[in-house]
Parts: sequence; C-alpha cells; structure tokens
Amino acid sequence: MSRTVVLVDAVRTPFGKAGSLYAGTRADDLMVRAMRGLLERNPKLSPADIEDVAIAAATQTGDQGMNLGRSASLLAGLPNTVPGYSVDRWCAGAMTATTTLAGAIAMGSIDIALAGGVEHMGNHPIGEGLDPNPRFLAERIVEQDALAMGATAERLHDRFPHLTKERADRYALNSQIKTAKAYEEGKIQRDLIPTAARSAELGWGIATVDEPPRPSTTMEGLATLKTPFRPAGRVTPGNSSGLNDGATAALLASEDKAKQLGLSIKAKMVSFAFAGVEPEVMGYGPVPSTKKALATAGLKIEDIGAFEVNEAFAVQVLAFLDHFGIADDDARVNPYGGAIAVGHPLASSGIRLMLNLARTFEEKPEVRYGITTMCIGLGMGGTVIWENPHFKGGK
Amino acid sequence: MTTAISLPEGAPEEVVTNAVVRDVDLAPFGHKGTLALITIDNGLDHTRPNTLGPASLASIDAAITEAISRKPVAIAITGKPFIFAAGADLSALSFLTDRKQALAIGKLGHDVFRRLGEIDTPTFAFINGLALGGGLEIGLHCKYRTLSSTAFTALPEVFLGLVPGWGGATLLPKLIGPERAVQVIMLNALNNNTMMKAKDALALGVVDAVYQPADFLERSVGYAADVLSGKVAVERKDYSTDPSWDSVLATGKAAALKKYGGAEIASPMRALELIAASKTASLSSGFDAEDQVLADLTMSDPLRASLYAFNLIQKKRKKVEGAPKAALARKVSRVGVVGAGLMASQLALLLLRNLKCPVVMTDIDQARADKGVAWVRAELDKLVEKKRMSAEAANRLSLLISGSADQQVFANCDFVIEAIFEELSLKQELFKKLEKIVTPECVLATNTSSLSVERMSEGLANPERVIGFHFFNPVAVMPLLEVARTSKTDDATTATAVSIGKELKKTMIICKDAPGFVVNRLLTRFMGEITDAVDEGTPADVADNAMRSIGFPMSPFELLGLVGPGVALHVAETLHENLGPRYRISPTMQAMVKEGVKSFYIKGDDGKFVANPAAVALIHKGSSPSSAEEVRVRALKALAQEARMMLDEGVVSTPAEIDLCMLMGAGWPMHLGGILPYLDREGISDSECGQRFHAPGVASLPA
Repeated sequence: MSRTVVLVDAVRTPFGKAGSLYAGTRADDLMVRAMRGLLERNPKLSPADIEDVAIAAATQTGDQGMNLGRSASLLAGLPNTVPGYSVDRWCAGAMTATTTLAGAIAMGSIDIALAGGVEHMGNHPIGEGLDPNPRFLAERIVEQDALAMGATAERLHDRFPHLTKERADRYALNSQIKTAKAYEEGKIQRDLIPTAARSAELGWGIATVDEPPRPSTTMEGLATLKTPFRPAGRVTPGNSSGLNDGATAALLASEDKAKQLGLSIKAKMVSFAFAGVEPEVMGYGPVPSTKKALATAGLKIEDIGAFEVNEAFAVQVLAFLDHFGIADDDARVNPYGGAIAVGHPLASSGIRLMLNLARTFEEKPEVRYGITTMCIGLGMGGTVIWENPHFKGGK
Repeated sequence: MTTAISLPEGAPEEVVTNAVVRDVDLAPFGHKGTLALITIDNGLDHTRPNTLGPASLASIDAAITEAISRKPVAIAITGKPFIFAAGADLSALSFLTDRKQALAIGKLGHDVFRRLGEIDTPTFAFINGLALGGGLEIGLHCKYRTLSSTAFTALPEVFLGLVPGWGGATLLPKLIGPERAVQVIMLNALNNNTMMKAKDALALGVVDAVYQPADFLERSVGYAADVLSGKVAVERKDYSTDPSWDSVLATGKAAALKKYGGAEIASPMRALELIAASKTASLSSGFDAEDQVLADLTMSDPLRASLYAFNLIQKKRKKVEGAPKAALARKVSRVGVVGAGLMASQLALLLLRNLKCPVVMTDIDQARADKGVAWVRAELDKLVEKKRMSAEAANRLSLLISGSADQQVFANCDFVIEAIFEELSLKQELFKKLEKIVTPECVLATNTSSLSVERMSEGLANPERVIGFHFFNPVAVMPLLEVARTSKTDDATTATAVSIGKELKKTMIICKDAPGFVVNRLLTRFMGEITDAVDEGTPADVADNAMRSIGFPMSPFELLGLVGPGVALHVAETLHENLGPRYRISPTMQAMVKEGVKSFYIKGDDGKFVANPAAVALIHKGSSPSSAEEVRVRALKALAQEARMMLDEGVVSTPAEIDLCMLMGAGWPMHLGGILPYLDREGISDSECGQRFHAPGVASLPA
C-alpha cells in the first residue's frame, strides 16, 4: 500500500434478538446512533473532515434502502458536504465498507472515512425479497443447499466428518462462556453505544447490553436442540449465530492524518483479501481469503497472534482452525466470544470483529499481528490482517 | 395518593395517555444505579398528541408510584415520538356542570404532578417533543428538564381563557423569575399564542439543556447521570427579592389591557394575580390558589365561549361549512389579477407565494402594471432579507409574476380576480370584456367588499363561474376569506375557489351573495350605531369608549382610523342603498371624508393617542346624547338584530359561521365566542330576537 491505513476507533450498538429489543426501532436509526456514538467518542475529529461514508446492509430496501451511506449521514447530522454510498457483500458488508474505503485512503484519494454496517433482521428477515435466478438450479450453477446458509454449514460437517456436532456444540458453549466472562470484566460494554429503543407497549428504554447471549448454556442443553436444516443434522440454533438487529461503525484514516489530528490509532491495516469457494460450503471461505491476505502481507499463519473469526456457525470456525492447525479452544481465537453468543446482524459484523481485535491489541502488546475474518454467503470469505500499534518487543 | 374522578356526563370519551415505566442502567453513562424512565403515550401517532384527562392523570400517578417502588437513583418522564404532551384534555371542560368537578380536576393534576417535585429522588423531564400547557407543567414540577432542539413549548392557557393552573403559574416565576415568567405566561400567550423554540426555552431558563433529536433520549440520560454525579451543577436562583416584580407585573397587565382594548379580562388578570402571589407563596398555597382560579374560570361563560371559539377555529380551518366536494375543484395553474394597485398587488403576492404558479397582473397602462410587479418583487426581496424566504424561492417566484396593459394575458388563466375601483358598472364591464378572453371554465372572482356579485355576473354567457372572494386587510395577515356564491355560481367554481383558499391557508366561510357579506355587514351596522350616537350629540369619547369593558381589540373609532373613513363611508352607503335605512349615512363621516380627515385619533407629543381636533371639529352635534350604557346596549342590539336577519335570509346557514367570521375577520376575542355567545349571555339575543343563537351549554355554561 502506498499509505498506511489505520483504524481510529470502532463502536457498535448493543445487538438485539430479531423482533425483540429493537422491534420498534428503525434500522437507519440504529445506524445513525452508532455513527453519532462514534463521533461523540472522537471529539478531536470534526465531522466535516470525513471525506466518505460507506454503509453496508445485506437487504437494501425500506429502512435499509435509500443509499444508507448518504441517508444515514444526513440523519446523523453530518454536514451535507460529506458524501456517502452503500455497499453489499452480504455478511461481509461492513468489512467490505472498511476495505473499500481503506483502498481509497491508501491510494491517496481521501484521508478520513467512516465505515459502517447495519442489519435489522426483524424488519428484514434473511432472504427477504430475494428472487434467485432459476438458472442457478436449472443449470446446476449451485445446488439447492447453497441458498440456505444453515444447509451450507451442514455440508461443511459432511465434508469434514471429524468436525463433529459435539465439537461444534463445545465450541458454541465456549463462545457463551467467553462472552459471559468478558461481560463480567466489562470488556464488551466499553464499545457499546447506549441506544434508545422504544416499544409501543413498554415505552422508551435504553439498550446498554447485548440481548442474545445465553450464559446459562450447557452441553446437555445444546444436545437437545433441534436441527432445523435437515433431519438428524448437526447444525442447531445453539451452535449458530441467531437472527439479530444491530449496527456498527468505524473511523478509518491515513496514518499521517490520524497523527496530525491527534486521533487514536487502534490498529494498522496490513492487507486484506476476499476469495471464493463452492457456494455449497460457503463457510470454508475464510481459508482461501486468509491464505491470500497472508501471502499479500508476506506473513505466515504463525505470525498471527490474535484471531477474530466471525461465528456464523461453529463448524465454519472449526473448519478454519482445523485447516490452519489451531486448536478449537486456542486462547488467541475470539477471546471475548463471538457471534454465537452476541449475535450476527449480518452486514454489521465485520466491524464488530475489528473493535474486538483492537481491544486485544490494547491488552496484548506482545501481539504484533491479528486478523479479522468471516465467511460470506454464496461461497466467499474475507480477511483483513492488522498490525498492533501498541506492539512492544520481538522482531 | 389521588382519587380517580369520572368525566362529566355527555363528555366525549377520554383518549387516555398511558404511562409505563422501564429501568435504564446508568452505568454506561458513568453513574451507579438505575433511572426509572416513565413514557407517556396515548398509542396514536403524532397527529393526535398526548393529552391529559382524569384517566391519563391516574395512569401517570400509578407510573410514579411504580417508579418509586423500584428504588431508582432518579426518575425521568418522556413522551411518545415527536410529542411530549399537548396539555390538559379540554374536551371534558365544556361539560362540567359543577364547580366541585372543576376544582377536582385542577386538584387531581396538582396531586399527581407535585409528586415529581416533592419526592426525594431527583426527577427529570426529558421533553422530547411538543409540550404545551399541562404538558410543560409536568416538566416544571420535575427538578430538571432537557428539551429536544426541534421541540416547541408554551403555556398557552391565557390565550385560551385559562391560567397555567397545574403548577405553571406558581412554579415558573419561582424558576425563571417574574420577568421571564410574564413573558412566557402572559406576553407569549397574548401574542397570538407564540410558542418557544428550544433555544428560547433554554435562554429563558425554562429548560436546563437542549439536545438534538437524533439521540435526545441517550443524551438526556447522560445529562441526568452527570447531574447525579455532580459533574453538572444546576444553579437555581431565589427570585423572591427580585426588584422587578412590580414593574413586570405592570408590563403584563398593560399587555393584557392592550390586547383587549383596555378591558380587564378575567383570565389574564387572574394569571397575573397568581404570578404575583408566587413571589412569596409556598408551593402548596400557590397550587391551592391555582385550583380556585381554574375552577372559577372553568365555571364561567367567557371560558366556555373561548373553548367554543377555539374548537370552532380548529375545526373550520380544515372543513369549510357547505363546501362542495373537493374533487369538483378545477386545477389552477395560471392566475390573473386585474388591477395593479396596492390591494391588487397584495393579492398577487399572496397568490404567488402560495400557489407558486404564473400570476399575471394588468392595469390601464404598462407603467402601472410594472409598478405592481415591482412592488411584488420588492416584497419578495424583503422576505429574503428577513430570512423568511430563501433567495432561490424568491428567484423562482420573481420569474412567475408579470404585468401587462393588455388583458389578453389572461387568456390561459384558470382563475382571475379583480381588485379594481369599487363601482358596479366598471366591474360589470370588466367581466364582460374578460369573458371574451378567458375560457368558459375560468373562475372570475371579485374582491368587492360590498357590491353585488350577482349583478356583476348578469348578462354574462357563463355567470356560473363568477364568485365573490373577499379578503380582509392586510390580506397576507388576516385569516378570513368570505366566499360568496350568487344564485348561479356552480359547485365546480365554488370548489375551485375553496381549494385556492385552502392553498392560501385561509379560514373560509361560504355565504350567499348579500351586501357586505358577513363581517362588513355586522361591523358597519355596529359602527353605524356609534356614529349615530355621536351625530345625535353623544360626546365622541363616551360613544367610543362605551364598549371598552367587553374586550374588543380596538374601539370603534380606532377601527375607523384603520379602515379609513372613505372606505367605511362607501360601504355604509352601499349597505344603506341595498339593505335599507337602518344603515344610516353619518354626516360626521361625510364631513371627515370631504375634509380629508383620516382619523378620530392622532398621536400626541408624548406618543399617546389623543382626540384629533380636526375630527372633533367636524362632529355633527345633535341634541339627544346617550349615556355610555345606552350606546353599548343599542350597538349590541343592532348586532343581534342583524345577525338574526342574516340567518333568516340564509346569508350563512349557522350561527357558528357568523362567530367564525367575527373571530377571524374582525379579530373579535375568543371570550365573546366571536359575538353571538356574548349576545346570548347578556340576554340581548332573547330580548331583541326572542331567542338565543346558541343553545345553553354550546358556548356557555349549561342551563
């Protein structure tokens, strides 16, 4: 890259269960809240200095339509001189917003940008309004399984029989335990922007914590859950992320500009990559994307000291770890738990991974590199490699 | 604890504003503990704001109890989207028959709201949207207030004939001092119910902090946390020894007297009394006094007339009595104004600003037409200067106005209004000429104030498209528009006229084409009695002041000065000719017009108005003077008689339309209900016409 791109800061709204916490709240209002919370946390930055805004949503209609990048900026009170656009790469929307803006910064087109993602899966159930071309199936471009994410997760179990349901459940339980511990230690709350949420019956409230975590989860409990994607399957609501509502936002800048304005630097972008796989095993996507990002950066997997892997499905994380020879319970992976516990409002999750990684960087100056990675529907993966600005010692 | 009270018989069912409580964890905002957040919401959208009736108050009371039971570190109350609360539910007040009921409603409000001020737990109002009257008073009882930057607030009670009697009259002066309290409670309310913008409310100290609506609630909770943790200190001043009390109370009184032409009207006087008492009164005794005043006012005819008038104005703003179906209205995309004098230019500007379509003006030569256009453009520039219009909008409108000496420019117009000299033959000739130019559907409207519209349409090929469209001066300000139908005017023409009137944001009545329509007919009859009395030998000041105590905004001769003796005389002559000798022609007025004396009053050296010696010298002195009381009674009798005749003749179909005309066209006060409720309660209707205009209870206390 011609210029170093840094993550100045990232925040998110608390996540809700679809149809619950934010049932009376609009998606664009969630996005606006994350943006305003981010700006409030970074008073040194004048909103007028933001040169572009990219906002992601997987379903871009209704309260997630109207070019969220522009409309949310206006609703958030950004000066009308700040442009904006919306992006979509399904689950990797916010990640793509980040990498696309980073590309513009690296090229020198802009210095400061705001990336974000939102998904209100209560207002926009997964698959809403989709109209898959009949050619997909007629011409066997994809198999039926490719169009249902849960089915692709089952296909990963098929492909890697040693990644058993028991391992997936244990991974899921661990995610709940890590999240509960992180909450106890106040490590998650610090990046949550309290968000007003109204219910017609209950009145106004303020969401301050995630709604989805189930700290009382047990292996026994997980074992009893149904497998909705196929009879005698392995993928359950317990070892998958749920249907959620939430928004995330991140400030990006060129390193020079960040230093000049005295902005915080939470992570430095090293490289990024997106890659495709067979759509039927979309959960495998992070493997090739990570390989590619490592290659671009000239790094090896052993150089990575911290991982934030999106937990769309436990098996998909396991497939990634398995490929790179990392233990299911490796402490470097998702130390605050992941999407199985806190939720996965599709297009918003990419930035949640970044804000978690940034906190790990802060806590662990001995770690030099970290990655954020996630699988993407219709067979893709995305990976961003970051360098710890607090890194001390070593090579 | 409070006891629930039931609605009076006949009252519409209360739209209940429910109050619910939720906990908000303050930890993320930097303070330990929870805040109990009460939301008030009637379950409807912002077009039906939260209002506060007995069941709503009971719900809020229960919510406060519930909030306290949760042992929070603070209690806050907020509204539904865009609305905090629009105040007391007034719909039941008109049905109260017993002073005890009235007293109970006042007391219930106090009993509930004062809990927010008296509990030890700090209380906050997060005023997220419109807060009027009792709505704002909820906030005043709380210890701290935040306000959304786009929300309007006001205490409009004195405008309505009430007082801020759920704590406002006592709490506000103690909170912000007498001068600002008089501004809010008296001056704003009397100035056509001016509401405060958020920055005004903050500057006056009515609220403690203002936040943008995008994250108003979150910021307000943050503010509460900061107050609780001492990060933000809110200072309250003791105003009991403020030196300005006497002078600002005098200012308030002067404003009330000015508004009502010198009359001491109960509502503002009682409000001042409560404000004055708040200097030393305890909250409890202040609230008790408010209860008594509220009960007194509620059980008075003027308040009932006010409520009637208020509802009438609200209702008729939207729905025009007797209007044909709106679907019959024709599209209007080009408008003509005949004449380019001042009146015509004002009409052109009004039409241009609201219809935003091409407006063409004509006059007898190009220079005059150009002058009219130039005047309109200059007015647009002034609006831009005053920041009441954007330069772009003015550019757009400037290009839409044009003037010509050739009436052919009306060829494609859908609506042409004339404002030429008030002479029938000229107007008849004009319409005949226009008919050869415009399409058969083009509406031909006249702004005549007293000539016969019917006769203007005589001999036309399409008389059904002629209609009276009578504005009041100044046309941009006065809200009334009298739409006069001739016997031939068709529904499509009327619907088109009404649709234009709505675009112009006017309140309309549809009347029969009859001399003077409604307002001028009544005002001229009324004025005639005063000038007659003077002509008969009553001293001018006695005659002119005979009506002071009623509360008209100006005396008859002040009005005469505004209208101008020339116009007034002309109207009187037309009505004399068309309606008969009860419209007399005053020799004094004739002399004033002849001598060019414009007014009975002139500004003296000290700036005060004094009798104009030039006018006094012209008074035709008769030998049978009347007393002030005699003048008052004869003038009111004349009004009753004339109003009854108008109803009998079918000029308008309901007494309410006459009241609406006097409220909106003459600016007569709400406590008279326009005029007919006042004539009813004074017994004048009965004695003069043998019947009331309104049944008891409609605009008065029930029988």
